[in-house]
Amino acid sequence: MPLVSFHDVQKTYRSLQGVDYMAVEHFSVEIEAGEFFCLLGPSGCGKTTVLKMLAGFEAPTAGQILMDGRPVTGASRDRGVVFQGDDSLYGWLTAVENVEFGLRMQHVRKTERRERAMRYLELVGLNGQEQKYPAELSGGMKQRIQIARALVNEPKMLLMDEPFAALDAQTRSLMQIELASIWQTTRTTVLFITHDIDEAVTLGKRIGVMRAGPRSQVKGMVEVALDGARSRTDDVFLRYYKQVYEMIRDEVAKSIARAE
Amino acid sequence: MHSRRLRRLWSVYGGYALGFVSLFLIWQLASLYVVSSVLFPPPTVVFRKGVLLVRNGVLLEHLSASLQRIMAGFIAGSLLGIPIGLAMGSFRPVRKLLEPYTEFLRFIPSVAMITVAVIWFGIGEASKIFLIIYTTIFIVILNTAAGVSAIAPNKIRAAQALGATRAQIFVHVALPATLPYILTGMRLAMANSFTTIVAAELIAANEGLGKMLWDGRLFMLVDDIFVSLVTLGLLGFAVDRMFRWSIYAFAGKYSPAT
Repeated sequence: MPLVSFHDVQKTYRSLQGVDYMAVEHFSVEIEAGEFFCLLGPSGCGKTTVLKMLAGFEAPTAGQILMDGRPVTGASRDRGVVFQGDDSLYGWLTAVENVEFGLRMQHVRKTERRERAMRYLELVGLNGQEQKYPAELSGGMKQRIQIARALVNEPKMLLMDEPFAALDAQTRSLMQIELASIWQTTRTTVLFITHDIDEAVTLGKRIGVMRAGPRSQVKGMVEVALDGARSRTDDVFLRYYKQVYEMIRDEVAKSIARAE
Repeated sequence: MHSRRLRRLWSVYGGYALGFVSLFLIWQLASLYVVSSVLFPPPTVVFRKGVLLVRNGVLLEHLSASLQRIMAGFIAGSLLGIPIGLAMGSFRPVRKLLEPYTEFLRFIPSVAMITVAVIWFGIGEASKIFLIIYTTIFIVILNTAAGVSAIAPNKIRAAQALGATRAQIFVHVALPATLPYILTGMRLAMANSFTTIVAAELIAANEGLGKMLWDGRLFMLVDDIFVSLVTLGLLGFAVDRMFRWSIYAFAGKYSPAT
């Protein structure tokens, strides 16, 4: 049984003017436990909508989302979330206090939660920065806090909504390498949302390519049979890149045409 | 070493000091050479009178009467206003239910309520405290509610995904994120309290800085009037600085958005 399955999911938004917009329709995907699944699509294709529904922040209009065979009814600490921007961090808490937040809500004792938080801060490479406030840290470091904050809760899976999209190219590439190694150690199931083919091929075990919105769904799947560190200059890497690129090219064109 | 510390002190407070000195200097010159009249005493005369009124205890009596009223009403108004504002910001039905009250009453200035307050509560402390509560509560409510609605949705979502209950989100996310707005509301309310207390004491009171102004007019004690005015200015300035400082020092890192 897959860890997560989307069955024929549909999500319709109603604008303030009363106009309906169907973001996704007949969306079906299964994610296996331990998998690093990338959902790749052009902007406005509804990939963030998919993540919000799985996180439990929004309910699907039709269809079903199951986790461990049970329908998702709301947010839960089974599914840790890493957001794109830094506005989810608590600016009045230090880095380590941010990471401890979930454990504190679970009434985990202070010494234990501090110890666990420090372990995950080290995992994401933030040792020595734990007493700083988010405002004192760079964009990349803030994303590390978010990742540690989600992982320390030991969720069944991690949902990442374009977590590196707002970072500069060097930091992004570094964060990708570190996330890949974190995943190698923890083997947490990941749903990773991105619009960047390179990022998807670098990180994903499987890549679901979405159609342009509205009424989007998965157009095709690409299994990436690469393990360990991936190099952008490898022939195999480039072959996967090309395969995904061929699949998404028309969708990007459509999405741009519709936006104009 | 010594001169460097002096220079730093100067860069922080020098402008202020200069501003205050120039204020009193211009006042002194104006009252001596421009409008030379007993009706416009220079600061030296006012200062001498102020020292006298401090020595015989009159100024402190008036000052403490006004300050006690402001503090009682201000604290009560804030304690009422903060939870109401939080509730209005958090729950749409509460907002819809209470908005007519806040939107209607906040346009009736507290000064206009003095007559009603005196009829209802007499000329004693109760009417003054009622007026200060009245002038405090709406600003605090509106600012608090605005602070709650300014909280970034992802802060709430993150807490939900970390397993926080609704009550925990309220205490650990909504409240700290709203703190700067609450303090700003209180700071504005404090400024209004000064206006209101003087107006109320002008009309009906046995002591207070407003009463002092009124007596000054009745008995033509121009110096006393100016002592009262300067006291109000200095007191307001000091209290406002305290608020600004506490917002900066205590709540600087609290912010609803980032």
